[in-house]
Amino acid sequence: MDAKAPFKPAAADGIDRSLVIRHLRKEYRSGIAVLKDVSLTFEGRGMTAIIGPSGTGKSTLVRCINRLVDPTAGEMLFMGQDLAKLRGSALRMARRRIGMVFQEYNLVERLTVIENVLCGRLGYLPVWRAWMRKFPPGDIDRAFRLLDAVGLGDFSNIRADQLSGGQRQRVGIARALMQDPDLILADEPTSSLDPKTSVEIMELIARRAGERDIPVIVNIHNVELARRYADRIVGMAKGEVVFDGPPSALEDSHLLTIYGGEGWLE
Amino acid sequence: MSPETAALREWDRFTLRERIGRSAFYILAAIALIWSLRTIEIIPEFLYDAPKQTADLFVRMWPIDWSWYPKVVHEALIETLHTATLGTILAVLLAGLTALLAARNITRSVTLNLIGRFILVATRSVHAMVWALFFVAVFGPGALAGTLAIAVHSIGFTGKLLSEAIEEARPGPIEALTAAGASPLAILLKGYWPQVKPAFLGIAVFRWDINVRESAVLGLVGGGGLGMALDTALSNLYWDQAGLVLYVIFVVVIATEIGVSWLRGKII
Repeated sequence: MDAKAPFKPAAADGIDRSLVIRHLRKEYRSGIAVLKDVSLTFEGRGMTAIIGPSGTGKSTLVRCINRLVDPTAGEMLFMGQDLAKLRGSALRMARRRIGMVFQEYNLVERLTVIENVLCGRLGYLPVWRAWMRKFPPGDIDRAFRLLDAVGLGDFSNIRADQLSGGQRQRVGIARALMQDPDLILADEPTSSLDPKTSVEIMELIARRAGERDIPVIVNIHNVELARRYADRIVGMAKGEVVFDGPPSALEDSHLLTIYGGEGWLE
Repeated sequence: MSPETAALREWDRFTLRERIGRSAFYILAAIALIWSLRTIEIIPEFLYDAPKQTADLFVRMWPIDWSWYPKVVHEALIETLHTATLGTILAVLLAGLTALLAARNITRSVTLNLIGRFILVATRSVHAMVWALFFVAVFGPGALAGTLAIAVHSIGFTGKLLSEAIEEARPGPIEALTAAGASPLAILLKGYWPQVKPAFLGIAVFRWDINVRESAVLGLVGGGGLGMALDTALSNLYWDQAGLVLYVIFVVVIATEIGVSWLRGKII
């Protein structure tokens, strides 16, 4: 990792969880860049919110980090390796240290809640254990404690398709934490939820990640929620970073730059 | 301009060209029907005779020879059910592998997809009777040839529906497990299988239902089971025994139909 990169050597346990993105570029179709030369340094703690209009590459940026999307060019330095260069089992080893929370929750609907949480361990376990449902006792105990922590202690044996949206997202958060991650990515975690549930979900992500010293990168449409929970806001427009600073520095003029147009702020 | 003086607006469902085209189609269809009736060469004497012959067959089948059931037909019935069941189990295993090969979201190679699809089309387009003739030639007459014929012919149907079910699996959960660092096999097991399982069971049971019916007649070409008993009865002109076999086939088909509908209701 580059020693010149300006990050604080974070967390209480002494592990450096910072992520350095340099000159990241993504073209889905040749010549049309969704991400144009994005360079960002994420410190190894706290929550960073990425805001910006739809189709501006926020989701692509987050998905490049865990390689659900393969970047066209650039590097992403995390835990001593360049995520952009990993392949095969090395990529899976890196992915299991990065938890992800999705807009549509992405639970396996026909499995029970507890098994969905245990799916967070799939990167660590031999396949036969998952197949025979013989999860190590330590993992099972941790899954139950995480379900308690997200407020679903009584729902462990209910099938995931029986849950409401907010409850499903809580399971999604527990699954991400089950990976024992060094980074949590959240792609529009509240966009399918009502306003009250959205606040609860953001609160939950901030609290549970905060107490474990896990840095969080969250894409979010809701500027108010971003201001309220994030330590840092990155504004994107047309595939480029156009604002980067603390919530207090984000002014209406910045929002006009990010989202364009006028009138909607009044 | 007042409403009364406005020109009458016209509307026709079809343009003149479309009307000519449609008329031409009907005329061609009528010609084709007459032409095909002439080529099948109906012999009028046989046609006039048909009701009498049919009635005669039924009379000769009555009364049904029940004493033949314990001697021959019971064993043949059990063999037919075994042929259908074993054939279906074998077919489901082979079709499962072929479906994975053919499903574009699992196998990311167009060449392998095409190979999978070719196997599905090739096995399905050859009738079970023809497969039976082939396996009888290889293994000799009997239940083994029938079972393999059922198994191979079922790959196409089962595999096609299965590969479609796999391709319809929601990509979201798959993405989530991928992001958690799960291996491809773990993703198959915990991401795809729970989503495909209901369709899989439904397809397998449905195919078993079809296979009971097909294996009942495979004996006519040497595939064992009820068909063999029917063949014996027919070639000996024992119509009362043939009637028994037809009656048993009828009962078995109705029974499996009822059983399968009940089971599918439970699964889905």
